[in-house]
Amino acid sequence: MQIWLILGVILLLAAYGYQRGKGGALAAVSGDASQLHSLPSYHGAYVALWAAIPALIACVIWLSAEHQIIEALVVSGLSAESQALEPQRLALLMSDIRNLSSGDIVRADPSLEVQAAAARYTELASISLYAKFAVIAALSAICLFFAKKRIAGQFRARNRVERIVRYIMIAASVIAILTTIGLVLSLLFEAWRFFLRVPFHDFLFGTHWSPQTAIRADQVGASGSFGAIPIFAGTLLITLIAMLIAVPLGLFSAIYMSEYASPRARGAIKPLLEVLAGVPTVVYGLFAALTVGPYVRGFGESFGIDASSESALAAGLVMGVMIIPFVSSLSDDVINAVPQTLRDGSYALGATQSETIRQVVLPAALPGIVGAVLLAVSRAIGETMIVVMAAGLAANLTANPFEAVTTVTVQIVTLLVGDQEFDSSKTLAAFALGLVLFFVTLALNIIALKVVRKYREKYD
Amino acid sequence: MTDREQSTGIAVDSAEVKHARKRYRAERRFRMYGVAAIAAAAGMLALLVISIVATGWTAFYQHSIALDVTFEAKVIDPKGGRDPSVLARADYRKLARASLRKLFPDVKKRGDKRKLYGLLSIGVDQQLAELVAADPSLIGQTRRVEIYASDDVDSFLKGFIDREAPESDRRIKDKEIAWLDKLETDGAITSHLNLRFWTKGDSREPELAGFWGAMVGSFLTLLVTLALSFPVGVLAATYLEEFAPKNRWTDIIEVSINNLAAVPSIVFGLLGLAVFLNFFGLPRSAPLVGGMVLALMTLPTIIIASRSALKAVPPSIREAAFGVGASELQVVTHHVVPLALPGILTGAIIGMARALGETAPLLMIGMVAFIVDIPGSVTDPATVMPVQIYLWADSPERAFVARTSAGVMALLGFLMLMNALAVILRKRFERRW
Repeated sequence: MQIWLILGVILLLAAYGYQRGKGGALAAVSGDASQLHSLPSYHGAYVALWAAIPALIACVIWLSAEHQIIEALVVSGLSAESQALEPQRLALLMSDIRNLSSGDIVRADPSLEVQAAAARYTELASISLYAKFAVIAALSAICLFFAKKRIAGQFRARNRVERIVRYIMIAASVIAILTTIGLVLSLLFEAWRFFLRVPFHDFLFGTHWSPQTAIRADQVGASGSFGAIPIFAGTLLITLIAMLIAVPLGLFSAIYMSEYASPRARGAIKPLLEVLAGVPTVVYGLFAALTVGPYVRGFGESFGIDASSESALAAGLVMGVMIIPFVSSLSDDVINAVPQTLRDGSYALGATQSETIRQVVLPAALPGIVGAVLLAVSRAIGETMIVVMAAGLAANLTANPFEAVTTVTVQIVTLLVGDQEFDSSKTLAAFALGLVLFFVTLALNIIALKVVRKYREKYD
Repeated sequence: MTDREQSTGIAVDSAEVKHARKRYRAERRFRMYGVAAIAAAAGMLALLVISIVATGWTAFYQHSIALDVTFEAKVIDPKGGRDPSVLARADYRKLARASLRKLFPDVKKRGDKRKLYGLLSIGVDQQLAELVAADPSLIGQTRRVEIYASDDVDSFLKGFIDREAPESDRRIKDKEIAWLDKLETDGAITSHLNLRFWTKGDSREPELAGFWGAMVGSFLTLLVTLALSFPVGVLAATYLEEFAPKNRWTDIIEVSINNLAAVPSIVFGLLGLAVFLNFFGLPRSAPLVGGMVLALMTLPTIIIASRSALKAVPPSIREAAFGVGASELQVVTHHVVPLALPGILTGAIIGMARALGETAPLLMIGMVAFIVDIPGSVTDPATVMPVQIYLWADSPERAFVARTSAGVMALLGFLMLMNALAVILRKRFERRW
């Protein structure tokens, strides 16, 4: 709620600044706008931007730092023995304090110390609220005042506004880099914490995966081992099945669309395949779990194969269907980019259309098709919902498509969903898996784009 | 000698003709592969839609059992103060049970009675409490009330439970069938549209579970996504396309945008968990965080679409504007961006549609909680439509299967609406130069 109030105040001040700037500019030339260097609205915009932007930046910084500072202050007010607690215990204590201060249900009767800390927390939060209001409003007003003072007949308001707008645009573009850096850093940092506990080669080359760590030292069978080979193998198996479906179907669809279909048929087929790409993955997951899974199981049983209802085959099949449009639309593009002269040359030698496609068009388009398949593979590896809903959790090291296998994404979801704590090897393992996933898909994409680009240049 | 042999001079059964025939057969076969591939893809799509609709349509109606409920004052409000908090906490289940006992006076054994009460939904007390809260004058009267049937009874009435199956395999036993048959002949069983589905939040009981909470959650999440990713995306695209010098920095920006577009969505969830939740301490399960994660995910889509829309505006527009003395920024804001706007909006809607269907990153930031209340602001705990579908798909109750598919139909309906909007925008406003 408070955020809307602050934004409202900033907006009001900006609107006021706009009016003042515009009026001030006209007053400076006693109403004769032709005497101004810039249009009056630029003078207004100049003042408004100064009133809004520093205040908004301050607001964002305040909001993102507020939480940590208040917690640190509350912790420093706790007794020495509480401060000496391990980080996890301290986090639990802090969440008690927070809950008490926000009036939520607390686990047990809070101790006096917790009550005092909660009171302190509430107090600090309200101080922060008022201080935030005061600082931001004051900052906005001061900037407005100084910006207004600069308004004069020959003030180059337009150039100034344009420079500010350009900085805003640059900032918007930099967000993409910041996101990438944030992704890499957060994954690297958490994965590094994981590798401090579990050796790197144990993770990458171990063949046993059971992430349940013992809560008490005397528990049996829950030692927690993080050998990710079964997970990688399961991911590869499902991806392979998906590709066996998607590559032939997608490629033949693309060939038919670009070489045989009339423009009208093409106009009907292309959107149809795009619908397949637009269906949410959770719907595919439901389809795999509800319809395809039992069918695959029945199919397996009719051949006397003991099939699990959460089989790699069901998940792979449905994932293959999902991937078809990626393969087909990319292949369609590269096949269309093959110059017509190559086809004409082939026809002139007496080849039929299919012979031309197989012996001239496809070899010419092959690098592009390989790129398309690589992109599709990276899609399949990163796909989550289908495998979460239709593949299993058990980390089996098997090549039997009727058995349940697990994938990287499934493990990330199961390790992190519903877990509040954030320091066990179990949750950190998810970040290590995420790191592997990120770099594998990134590498696949970079290679694929390189291949496609090189190929495009050849015929441009 | 046939005519053909005369004209070509080649015998019908000669090696050349046979070879040519073989080649033409191969040609037809090859063509068939293409048709078959497209037919297979279309068939899978049809199968998907049919299986969803076939399992889901029954969730749109629901059965109730009409009972004459006596709203006894001594049960509801023994003190007679008509205090709303007393009225809300009264034992309404007792009233419904009393009227059931009146209908079936010969049910005496305790186990049987429990079965009899089990015909009604667990939510019967809530339903009666709402009636009384709306109209306290009901107390003391007898009224015919349609009470939701329990999920098993509902499934039975919809024909999902086979009467003929052995009793031990049925969730509805012979006695219950006899009672239901009697109710049916009395005309006490009614079927009606399932309004709860469109107006209520989630519930553990399938007959009470609604989709509205998830719809509101999706709306709030998308609002945050749009508010963040659209301005940033358009500004970034405009800068990169119209102003940016060609140097190492802009190259890095372009590479990172292209890479972000290819990063699996679940990795964005990990980013949200590590940065937004753990570093900045934002609330779990909130549409605010969900919207921020989805905004980062949608940003590359919007930037790429906006750039191609800006690229499509011919240089002559810019030159003409420069010619009449516009500044660089004026050229872009007064002419280029307005002309590219239909394309930009189309890209934004498609990005939003993808964000609407996205599930995996939201699982990471805790939007999988069981939430009954309808979220009122972007910081309230909420869930979104695809996550609700995922949660229901995991529920063991038979009746949730139909609701899951009904939820899918609702989600697909919204997606179709958004895509139709994008197509209309493109058709009506996009210019071709």
